[in-house]
Amino acid sequence: MSTLVETPPRIVVESVSKWFNKRSARSMKDAFINVIRRRPVRSQQFQALSGISFSIGEGESVAVMGLNGSGKSTTLKLVSGVLEPDEGRVLTRGRVAGLIEVGAGFHPDLTGRENVFLNAAILGMSEKETKARFDEIVAFSEIGDFIDQEVKHYSSGMFMRLAFSVAIHVELDVLLVDEVLSVGDAPFRAKCNEKLKELGQRGVTMMVVSHSVGQVKQLCTRGIVIRKGKIVFDGPIDDAVAALQAV
Amino acid sequence: MADGAPGTRDPVAARTYVTQIDYSAFDTPGRGRGILDVVRYRYLLRLLIGKSTSLRYRNSVLGWFWSYVRPTVQFLVYYLVVGQILGMHDGVPLFPVYLFSGIVLINLFNEAFGAGTRSIVENRALVRKIYLPRELFPIAAVIGSFVHFLPQLAVLIIVSVLLGWMPSFASIGLILAGIAIVLAFILGISLFFSAVNVRFRDASNVVEIIRTIATWSSPVLYTWAMVEQVTRSVPWVFHLYMSNPITVAVELFHKAFWATLPQVQAEVLADDATKKAGLASVAWPEHFVWYLSAALGIILFSLVVGQFVFRRFERTFAQDL
Repeated sequence: MSTLVETPPRIVVESVSKWFNKRSARSMKDAFINVIRRRPVRSQQFQALSGISFSIGEGESVAVMGLNGSGKSTTLKLVSGVLEPDEGRVLTRGRVAGLIEVGAGFHPDLTGRENVFLNAAILGMSEKETKARFDEIVAFSEIGDFIDQEVKHYSSGMFMRLAFSVAIHVELDVLLVDEVLSVGDAPFRAKCNEKLKELGQRGVTMMVVSHSVGQVKQLCTRGIVIRKGKIVFDGPIDDAVAALQAV
Repeated sequence: MADGAPGTRDPVAARTYVTQIDYSAFDTPGRGRGILDVVRYRYLLRLLIGKSTSLRYRNSVLGWFWSYVRPTVQFLVYYLVVGQILGMHDGVPLFPVYLFSGIVLINLFNEAFGAGTRSIVENRALVRKIYLPRELFPIAAVIGSFVHFLPQLAVLIIVSVLLGWMPSFASIGLILAGIAIVLAFILGISLFFSAVNVRFRDASNVVEIIRTIATWSSPVLYTWAMVEQVTRSVPWVFHLYMSNPITVAVELFHKAFWATLPQVQAEVLADDATKKAGLASVAWPEHFVWYLSAALGIILFSLVVGQFVFRRFERTFAQDL
């Protein structure tokens, strides 16, 4: 592991905590009624993550595992910058892009082609890069002639294939994957896993949130298990899967 | 996994490892440089603007034609009521041009302000899932509205040319300055209201009220000379009125288009010769430089406050949407 010490990590998460508000009043009227009924008026805090620390080295692929509501997706959103930590800090190095719910930037009234360009730009690609990779993106998605149709006429499988294909072809250093691979039929899923593995071999750092043990074992070498906002295990993937199932 | 490399289970070892690295190569995700980031993201900004303009009239048969129909109908209504019924037509030479050259700017303001305020909430799918400099959304909305102002500007120019308007460097400079003033002001207040709107949807109601007032708080349907007469005993009210950036921009437009038309100049000069107190004046209001400076100050203030508030609220956008 001497290479890891020489090159600085791609992701550093230092004693990060995150709280969410549980609002009990949504308007002044609600607040007034709560006062009369002697119910709490102020919003209550709910701790989603408490003091999480880890760092991910260059080229590592790490699975973040845990039950629903354990804070996996929150961790991923903190790394992508969508959320900000309340305590501690998150640092990243290089270009980070997320497959966090692929297709978030797709607009149903735009054609497939327009959506490819728009989403590639949203994920940080330049016009030149997108043009150079456009044919590759379309070929990977297996959309064919439908690329010039409006996306609202696509089947849900076609939609997800195109969205995933755009995200996977973005030039990046760190890839964040959140539960996306549950889409598409078995052959396409296999193709996606192949592509992700290929990215990993090229030195792309990966952080994967998934419930699929098989997929995680295929893609990742290290696993972080989160339970109720705390890291309960961090180590080799097989032990992590065992730790998750022991919980 | 030894020697404190990441991946060890020992938190102490992991922490010592962390403190060894050089932080200068790292970015903090989710922290942009505000409006300045737009320069770096100009390609995406262009696509976002293109998306909103191309989607605006999709699935509509008449399409861009509506961009001409709505202002025309609005213009006719104001012209009939204010011009004919309330008699502005008699007091102001070529009142239709006077009206139109002001109303296009008010339309730009109302349209862009509304779109800018809604921009963050409307793009919630993106804001919640992918980090982008969020300032892009209000800026794209304001520029998108500006694109729809261009047909109206074209109509204004054509009508003015038919009435003998000759473009000069001065008048083009005034037009550009007027547009720049309105856009910069809208950007500032849109940043503010779009951010506040995420947590307090009350903001959109406040914006509706401001848009209703906007049409009447600038000399569009009447002239500033009328306001000056009414406020003669309380001059500060008039100073305040004239310092409104929209009023300043409207006056720049009046000066650029209406006031240079030959027919207007002739009629106002004739009025001056007969000492008839006209409702309209082709001259600048007194102290106009001060009003302009005040307006620029207000714009700068709105940009600074807008950006500051936007950044404060931005931290919780993804949670509050």
